[in-house]
Amino acid sequence: MAERDVVFRVKRYRPESGGKPAYQEYRIPYRDDMVILDGLNYIKDHVDPTLTYRWSCRMGICGSCGANVNGQPRLTCGTYIRDVHRGAVTIDPLANFPILKDLVVDFDDFLEKLSSVTPYIVREESADLSKEFVQYPEDVEAYRQQSLCINCMLCYAACPVFGASPEFVGPAASALALRYIRDTRDEGADQRLARLNTKSGVWECTFVGECSVVCPKNVDPAAAIQTLKVLATMRHVRRLLMPGAASR
Amino acid sequence: MDRTAHDVVIVGGGAAGLRAAIAAAQSDPDLSIAVVSKVYPMRSHTVSAEGGTAAVLRDYDSLELHALDTIKGSDFLADQDAVEFFVARCPKEIIQLEHWGCPWSRDPDGRVSQRAFGGMSVKRTVFAADKVGFHILHTLFQTSMKFENIHRFDEYFVTSLIVEGGVCAGVIAIDLRGGRLVAINGKATILATGGCGRVYEFTTNGFIKTGDGMALAYRAGVPLKDMEMVQFHPTCLPGTGILITEAARGEGGYLINKDGERYMQRYLPTKMELGPRDILSRSMIQEIKAGRAFEGPYGPYLGLDLRHLGAATIDKKLPMVRELAEKYMGLDPIREPIPVRPGQHYIMGGVATNSTGETTLPGLYAVGETACVSINGANRLGSNSLSECLVFGEWCGLAAAQYAKQRIAYPRGTATRETLRREEARVFDGLMGRERGKETLAGVRVEMQQLMERDVGIFRDEAGLADACGKLGKLRDRFSSVGLADKDHVFNTEMTGVLELDFMLDVAASIAHSASNRRESRGAHSRTDFPARDDVNYLKHTLAYRTDGAPRIDYSPVKITKWQPVARTY
Repeated sequence: MAERDVVFRVKRYRPESGGKPAYQEYRIPYRDDMVILDGLNYIKDHVDPTLTYRWSCRMGICGSCGANVNGQPRLTCGTYIRDVHRGAVTIDPLANFPILKDLVVDFDDFLEKLSSVTPYIVREESADLSKEFVQYPEDVEAYRQQSLCINCMLCYAACPVFGASPEFVGPAASALALRYIRDTRDEGADQRLARLNTKSGVWECTFVGECSVVCPKNVDPAAAIQTLKVLATMRHVRRLLMPGAASR
Repeated sequence: MDRTAHDVVIVGGGAAGLRAAIAAAQSDPDLSIAVVSKVYPMRSHTVSAEGGTAAVLRDYDSLELHALDTIKGSDFLADQDAVEFFVARCPKEIIQLEHWGCPWSRDPDGRVSQRAFGGMSVKRTVFAADKVGFHILHTLFQTSMKFENIHRFDEYFVTSLIVEGGVCAGVIAIDLRGGRLVAINGKATILATGGCGRVYEFTTNGFIKTGDGMALAYRAGVPLKDMEMVQFHPTCLPGTGILITEAARGEGGYLINKDGERYMQRYLPTKMELGPRDILSRSMIQEIKAGRAFEGPYGPYLGLDLRHLGAATIDKKLPMVRELAEKYMGLDPIREPIPVRPGQHYIMGGVATNSTGETTLPGLYAVGETACVSINGANRLGSNSLSECLVFGEWCGLAAAQYAKQRIAYPRGTATRETLRREEARVFDGLMGRERGKETLAGVRVEMQQLMERDVGIFRDEAGLADACGKLGKLRDRFSSVGLADKDHVFNTEMTGVLELDFMLDVAASIAHSASNRRESRGAHSRTDFPARDDVNYLKHTLAYRTDGAPRIDYSPVKITKWQPVARTY
C-alpha cells in the first residue's frame, strides 16, 4: 500500500511545565488503512514518546480513545486518516472536559452522574436465583438501543448545554437511565425520573441533537432525553392526580 | 506517606475483578473493598469478548457433558475436580447476571438463548448478540455502583505487591493523575488483571493486556502454571488482529480456502468449523503452507464465509461482526467472505491457584485469565472464559472476604513503608532518571513481540525455543538501558509503558522456558519435533518460578477424577 505524508496538529498540555495548551505538529507517513489512533501510536513509538493519550481495544468497543478530530468528537480508532485530512488533521482533547495532559481528560464527573441515575436493576424483593426472568425478544428490543452505550463521552464533548452548564446530567447518563426504566425486570423508574426531573436533569436539554449525531453506537441519546421528558411529565401529572399512589 | 487500607484489595476491574468485588461487598456491608485498575473499569478488556458464555441450562444438556467437553478440549491437562466445580456453578452465574440486568438474547418463549460453539457438543453458549463481554462488563460495573463499600481507584497502575512476614499485605500503585506512588494495604489481595496477549505481535488483545498480575505474583515468588499453553484464535482480521467471533461459525459460517473449498473437511470432518481453536488454527497454518490461502497486503489469509446465513441472521445475531468487517476491512459480510488468519487470543496458563483463587502466598488470590486453576488445561473451549471469570470471581471474592475477616489486624507499616521507598527508588528515581540512548521502549517491545510470534507461536521446536529463550535474556539486558523522554510525573504513559514491558519480559520468558521444557504436543502446545502427546512423561502441570536468571521449571500432578486420559479424537 502506498505511503504518503500527513501532518498531525495535536493539542499539547503538560501541567508540570506550566504552559498553556498549544498545538504541536508532526509530519508522519500514512497508508489508506490507517486510523487516527495508528498515527498517534506512530508518533509515540517513533517521533515523540511524551505524547499522551488513552487507548486499548482499537476496535470501537472500550470507549477509551475519543478525541476531537478537526473539531468533531470521534473515536480515534474508528476514524480513517484518509477520510478526514486535507494535508493536515487537527486533534484536540474531547471538548467540555478538564484536560489532565495532552489528549487525556478527566471523566470522573460522568461516573458520578451515571451513579446518580441508579444504573442497575432495582427490585423491592430479591428474586429467586434458581430461575431466570421471562423476557421476550421484543422486551429486550425495548431497551437494547440504550444498552449499547460504551461511555466514550463523545456525546458530552458535542453537547453545548453540558459545555455551558457542567451540572447537566447529560446524554449518556440519561440514555442509560432510560435503558433501565424500559427493562421489564426493573422497578426503579420512579427514583430515576425524580432525579431527572431536577434542575440538573433532562429539562436542561434544548434538543440540539448533536449527541446523537456523534454517537458511534447509534444510542440516540437525544431521543432518549425527549422520552424521559415525557415520562417525567406523566409521573408529575400522576402524582398530582393520585397523591400517594405508587407510580411506575 | 500516602496510604489507605481496605479489607480486600482487587487489582483489575474486568469481569473477574468486578464479580469478586460484588461478591465480597455483598457478603458483608462492613467490609471495605478496593478496586484498583489502571483504566476506568469499563475500558477493561472483558469489553472485547464477543461470542458468549457457557452454562448448562436446558434438558438436552448435562453438567457431565459440559465437564467432559471441557476436559477433552483441554487435552486432559485440566484439573477435573476444578472443572466439576466450575460447570456446576455456571448456570447460577448466568441467572445472577440476568437478574442484574444483562441483556441476554432471548428465544421466542422468553428464555435465555443458547448457541453452538467450538468443542461444545450441544448448544450451550449464552449470548447477548455478539457483544457479550461488553454487556457483561457494563452490567457488572453498573451493578457495582450499588455498593457503597466498593471503593474504586480508577487509573492507578500497580507496580508491586507488599509482602509482610510472608503474607501479602496489599499493593503499591502509581496514582496516574496525581503522579505519585501510594500504598493500598489489604488484608487480602486479589489479582484480576487479565491476560498477556501483548507479548505477541499479532493478537486480539487490547493494548492494556500486558500480564501485570502474572508478573506481580511471579516476582513475589508465586509460580506461574502452564504458561506454554497459549491460545491462538483462528479468525482474526489480518493487519490489526481484531477478533471475529467464533459465534460466526456457531451460527453456521464456513471457513474457505482460495478455491472456495471448506478445507476443514481435510482436517476435522466430524466437527468441521466447530472444532476446538487449537485444531482450527493449526489447520489454517497447514492450509497456508499447502499454498491454498489467499494472498493479501498482510500475508496469506483464509476466508470466513457468512453469505449463506443471510442479512437477517447476521444483523440479529452477529451485528458486531458486520460492523467490524465494514469498518476495518471495508467489506460487507453479507456479500463477501471476511479475510481471517490465526492470532494470539488467550493464555490458558497463569498464576497457580486452587478453586477459591488461593495462591502459594497467604493473602494473595488470583482469578480470571490471570489465574490458572486449571479448568482450561492445554486448550480452552470458546465461551468458557467469561463463565470462568464469573464463577471463580464470585468464589474468590467470597474466599478473600472470609480470609480478611479472620485476619483481625491490618498490616503494620514497616514493610509497607519499605516497599513504597523501594518502588520510589526504582520507578521515580531509577526509571525516570534514565536518559534516552540507543535502546527505545518501542524497539525492545517490538523485538520481543516478533520473536515470540516467530518462535513461540502455533508450531514450535527445540531450536526456535532455545533461540527465543536466549534472545529474551538478551532483551532483558537491553531493557535496562531503555531511557525515558517524558520526565513528568502526571499521567506518564511512557513510564507505564516501560513498566509494562518490564512485566511482559518476565511473562514472555516464563512462556518460552515452559514451552522449551515440555517435549510433547498437547492442546495448543504443538512441537514439530515431538508431535505426539506423551502422558507418561508430561501429564503434569508446568510450574515456572522466577530466579535472577532463567526461570526454574518444576511440575505438579494433574487431578483426574473420573475421566481417564484417552486419545483426543473428534
